[in-house]
Amino acid sequence: MTKGDQRYRYARVPLPTLRIVPLDAMTLIYHRASGQTHVVASPVPELIEVLDEMPCDVATLLARLGEHFDLGDPDAAALAARLDELADVGLAVRA
Amino acid sequence: MRYSTRLRIGPVGFRVGSDWRAPIEQLDRLYRDYPRPDDGIADFNVRLFAARPWRRFVRPAVMIGGDYTIPDALPLPLNLGLLAAEMGMNLQMALAQRRYLLLHASAVERDGKALVMTGVSGAGKSTLATLLMARGWRFMGDEFALLDPETGLIHGFPRLVSLKNESVGVVERLMPDARFGPLLPGTPKGDIRHVVPDARAIAAMDAPAKPALILFPRFGFASEDRPVLPSEIFVRLTQASTNYVAMAERGFDALTALVQSVPARAIDYPDTEAAVALVERLWGELA
Repeated sequence: MTKGDQRYRYARVPLPTLRIVPLDAMTLIYHRASGQTHVVASPVPELIEVLDEMPCDVATLLARLGEHFDLGDPDAAALAARLDELADVGLAVRA
Repeated sequence: MRYSTRLRIGPVGFRVGSDWRAPIEQLDRLYRDYPRPDDGIADFNVRLFAARPWRRFVRPAVMIGGDYTIPDALPLPLNLGLLAAEMGMNLQMALAQRRYLLLHASAVERDGKALVMTGVSGAGKSTLATLLMARGWRFMGDEFALLDPETGLIHGFPRLVSLKNESVGVVERLMPDARFGPLLPGTPKGDIRHVVPDARAIAAMDAPAKPALILFPRFGFASEDRPVLPSEIFVRLTQASTNYVAMAERGFDALTALVQSVPARAIDYPDTEAAVALVERLWGELA
């Protein structure tokens, strides 16, 4: 499988490893494992919120996002790409 | 080293050693009213040394060393020895300070509350802090404001004020009785002249203050102010902090608390009078 492949499953990293501070349009996330600070905008905080400790596939996560937020134009490929970006910096787990 | 002195600036003690007498004499003269390091023990060492033994005498060139060094730093001519000492002290702070989060900012205090002014070199941090000192504010520093992660308070670091270019003449006219260092022409930042903070700044250097207002000044534009979002303050302060990464989560917590609790404005000013008026107005409204 390659990145962006919707057959990947994604889980959240253990929440105690993150310090999440919403400020305004931006949210700050301190990643304890790496010591890195991430300054993120929507939809990153929302994605972290809907991820679970149990890995889920992209379709399930898209459905879950749709329950919580008005998605307008749900796009599984775009969601997979965003989740891969999160996984690359350690803010999500790709399984 | 052949010549040396010890001094304390705010909570930080320094020992400065030199191969030459002149920089140490200048430091002793300008810092004569400052305390010595607590228990005589310096936090940081600065060394001003000749790259080769004969360079003590032949076209003497001052290398800046100490506990922490920048490998490729170029030496300064001996007539800029005082600048080398100041840069050496700043360097130790920038590279090795771990107790406080360093904000690259000037700071002044009134009624126990601190006004923090930050911006790029040339924005007017030093000049504004000096102007406000001349108008009765307590000067806390023109280079680093030290944010204490435990208390959220700002500690001062009132070293010599480093005046550059036009601000040299402005402050010479404003504070004719102040003690000035030698004019240092042709430095990488232009003409520099140091001035000793007033007696009150030195006497009260150990008193921290609660941060009450953050300003991002910009010189050379019509008077204007605009709010700055907490996320923008955070990004600008981390970009300008040399030890944010090293401070790790303590730095993150201290800075997020600061940007969420302290109002901030970006201000443009065309001249010093307008700047002081703007600062006083915003302080009255927000601090």
